[in-house]
Amino acid sequence: MTAAGTAGTVGMVDTVARALALPSQRLPFAELGLTAEEYDWIVQTLGRRPTGAELALYSVMWSEHCSYKSSKVHLRRLAATGPASAALLAGIGHNAGVVDIGQGYAVTFKIESHNHPSYVEPLQGAATGVGGIVRDILAMGARPVAVMDALRFGPAAAADTRRVLPGVVGGISWYGNCLGLPNIGGELDFDPCYAGNPLVNALCVGVMRHGDLQVAAASGPGNQVILFGSATGPDGIGGASVLASASFGEAAAVKRPSVQVGDPFEEKLLVECCLELYAAGLVVGIQDLGAAGVACATTELAAGGTGGMRVRLDAVPLRDASLGPPEILMSESQERMMAVVSPGRVDEFLAVCAKWDVRAAVIGEVTDDGRLTMTWHGETVVDIPPASAADGPVYQRPAERGPDQDALAADDPAALPRPADGAGLRAALLALLGSPGLADKTWVTEQYDRYVRGDTVLAMPEDGGVLRVDETTGLGIALATDGNGRYCRLDPYLGTQLVLAEAYRNVAVTGARPLAVTNCLNFGSPEDPAVMWQFASAVRGLADGCAALGVPVTGGNVSFYNQTGTVAIHPTPVVGVLGVHDDVRRRLSIGFPSGVAASIVVLGRTEAEFGGSAWAHVVHGHLGGRPPEPRLDAERRLAGLLAAAAADGVLLAAHDLSDGGLAVALAESCLRGRVGCVVRLGGVDPFTALFSESAARAIVTVRPGAAAAFDALLRSHEVPGQVIGTVGGDRLVVDGWFSVDLPELAAVHGGTLPALFG
Amino acid sequence: MRARIGVITFPGSLDDGDAARAVRLAGGSPVVLWHGDRNLRGVDAVILPGGFSYGDYLRCGAIARFAPMMSELVAAAGAGLPVLGICNGFQILCEAHLLPGALTRNAGLRFITRDVRLRVERSQTAWTGAYAGGEEIVVPLKSGEGAYVADPGTLADLEASGRVVVRYAEDNPNGSAAGIAGVCNAEGNVVGLMPHPEHAVCSLTGPSADGLGFFTSVLAAGVAG
Repeated sequence: MTAAGTAGTVGMVDTVARALALPSQRLPFAELGLTAEEYDWIVQTLGRRPTGAELALYSVMWSEHCSYKSSKVHLRRLAATGPASAALLAGIGHNAGVVDIGQGYAVTFKIESHNHPSYVEPLQGAATGVGGIVRDILAMGARPVAVMDALRFGPAAAADTRRVLPGVVGGISWYGNCLGLPNIGGELDFDPCYAGNPLVNALCVGVMRHGDLQVAAASGPGNQVILFGSATGPDGIGGASVLASASFGEAAAVKRPSVQVGDPFEEKLLVECCLELYAAGLVVGIQDLGAAGVACATTELAAGGTGGMRVRLDAVPLRDASLGPPEILMSESQERMMAVVSPGRVDEFLAVCAKWDVRAAVIGEVTDDGRLTMTWHGETVVDIPPASAADGPVYQRPAERGPDQDALAADDPAALPRPADGAGLRAALLALLGSPGLADKTWVTEQYDRYVRGDTVLAMPEDGGVLRVDETTGLGIALATDGNGRYCRLDPYLGTQLVLAEAYRNVAVTGARPLAVTNCLNFGSPEDPAVMWQFASAVRGLADGCAALGVPVTGGNVSFYNQTGTVAIHPTPVVGVLGVHDDVRRRLSIGFPSGVAASIVVLGRTEAEFGGSAWAHVVHGHLGGRPPEPRLDAERRLAGLLAAAAADGVLLAAHDLSDGGLAVALAESCLRGRVGCVVRLGGVDPFTALFSESAARAIVTVRPGAAAAFDALLRSHEVPGQVIGTVGGDRLVVDGWFSVDLPELAAVHGGTLPALFG
Repeated sequence: MRARIGVITFPGSLDDGDAARAVRLAGGSPVVLWHGDRNLRGVDAVILPGGFSYGDYLRCGAIARFAPMMSELVAAAGAGLPVLGICNGFQILCEAHLLPGALTRNAGLRFITRDVRLRVERSQTAWTGAYAGGEEIVVPLKSGEGAYVADPGTLADLEASGRVVVRYAEDNPNGSAAGIAGVCNAEGNVVGLMPHPEHAVCSLTGPSADGLGFFTSVLAAGVAG
């Protein structure tokens, strides 16, 4: 970079005029993550070399994170083959999808990753992950009403997990609680594949009236562009140092932090401020600032609108006066939004901001010249066609089934020794219940506020979170997320369908009707053909699964490069499903009811399916064979049955069967309800009955006196059901095999996380 | 006419909507009060809701106590207006010296959300008349800085004068002195609580409806007065 290093002097800013005057100068594109081909493409588009600011802008817009350049060709399948749904008001491509839930209400929800920042700086990384997804929901015009988090870490006992996990949980707790959003569920799992690459996926859901939908577009020449929220600082612009040091004089080199720092109080003010601005009709278009900050907001607003925008970068409020154009464009300072406002209403807009102590500045205006231009103290530093940055490159990366897949599939868990007597079955149950991935999560969830806003009807440890939306009618929503890296490692196509099916089932067991899907696709490097095969298979599995279940994907997020060296994480698509409750007073808990000798019924068909199971993982450290068979038709019938049975009031509880099978589900329902049960196993062998992870199954507790009505529902929905026992007593009894009293169950289940994390 | 109960919203207040709903469910009319105003709008009582006023920067409640509305409230409380501070509201009342003591970091140094069993130690306040003395109730606690502390003399005085309003009845979840969950002023019109009765007003969304009594109490007191 010595050639470039001599080109500038301290404090000099690279302008378009300078780029024209020094056309042969090559900027340090590789350090900013661009390839030579991408750089040449920029030169070709502009007809000259880019300025430093333009290069900064293209580099962040064309990053994998912002451009989806490796995933786009596959993700198109989700939109193209999605089932037609009258409920979908806004789909893929928006900040978040919007779903009609009836009575004039619409719901928007999305899940996003913040994996890499959370590994570098767990507390701030996880906190700003919450902040970012909340602004996505806010930008759609909705009031954010709840959050969830799907978390995956390396081995629970590893020293690094003890560094990362408490920080991540603390960050979510701090930011979400201070923002006043109930945390109503999520996941926590551990696997050695996530050591060095923890997954921190944050989901937010918002509610609005139908007419409240906002657009992310800068329309109407003459309209003003307002940046509001926090001042812009040097957050998350580690990469920009390259431009400062390599192009524009060594003396200008300043070390910039690569992680963002959050301020939930500022975000709370921003939420209330935006909602008041929307209600007053002061906003023509709006975009949140997340990754790629001002660069992304200006290009996307301009590309989505009339086609042009003029921005004065020196008008951006700064909290570090030493920042120049490239850094301002790349900064990922949190708690910022950008709005397009009619010139006649700017004063009203600024008055609302002042009421909420939110800083706001007019930084530009909408034009119709098809160019995004930016000036810095009168000199032009950016002059580009905005779509060229917003659309970005598209890659068809090579994908090839990994050479180890056959051996993995051949390593059948049928060969593993299985318990055959009561003592062995009992020991297996306790081993699973106390394993970190299945243990009681209270250590984590107790740090989250689940009560704020007063509409939380179900939260962890329930299968799905349930929120009341309308206090008068009881209209509400249910949400669940699910991921399973083991199933997806064995077979990414089937595994992704199983993950989708479980999230769908988790919503259904609360009594809700599943409506729509969001996803966060966590994978290794897209430059590895085996990873790309996993990705393509997973997306295909998701698209086919959604078509079979009749639920559309409304949006999502891709996180690549979750790997250390050449070792990638298990492919881990995390799927979120949203459902609607016509009346949340009819919701079902997983807890067995106390004081009634209600019968327990297993719904669905149980077969010996142990590939990727919790039992194989926990007891044998084994991963091999085939995952359980997804039974999507059966899932759909099961969900229909559960919704009807909940609405008719014939059930007292419902719990899905998944990790750890029937044995773990019975224990969880006993612990949640603080009551025992007695069950008799029939049909298959006791080990299979207790620990198989066959899909499309649940246990329900039938209201005494309603057995005939429930039988009729089973027949009409064509769902097999088998009465296996009754609720009661203070022990979990598997008749003829073993029993465990509730205090021992509670001690084993509840002791693990506190012992690990204090 | 239904009693009008004001709920002050500070920047960063979070449970203001829940407090208003609790007032409504108890049979009163909630009145929105804004921190920057100086007009209590003739309300019959005031609730300072939970949340993170001003982000809890500097110290919980330390900035909110200087809000214009607070100077009005301090004067009105001195004249006998019933005031209930919940969680952050309790912290603000301590910072404003309407109540003795202070709230500090939980003993475990982590935020705790937990349904706690409380014993109502004093039913002769504007906010606890609906309970029997010694009655036990279950309401949520959710705070990171909920450990009540005061100097030994103040603690002895609070106990001797019966100004401990509610106490943690089972485990002490946050290391509060003498398990104190709430206290009142000498006159009994100003009460501060760490737990959240407004989150226990119906069994659909809370662990119980035990918290409703705080809101029906003040309405009953208003009618009697």
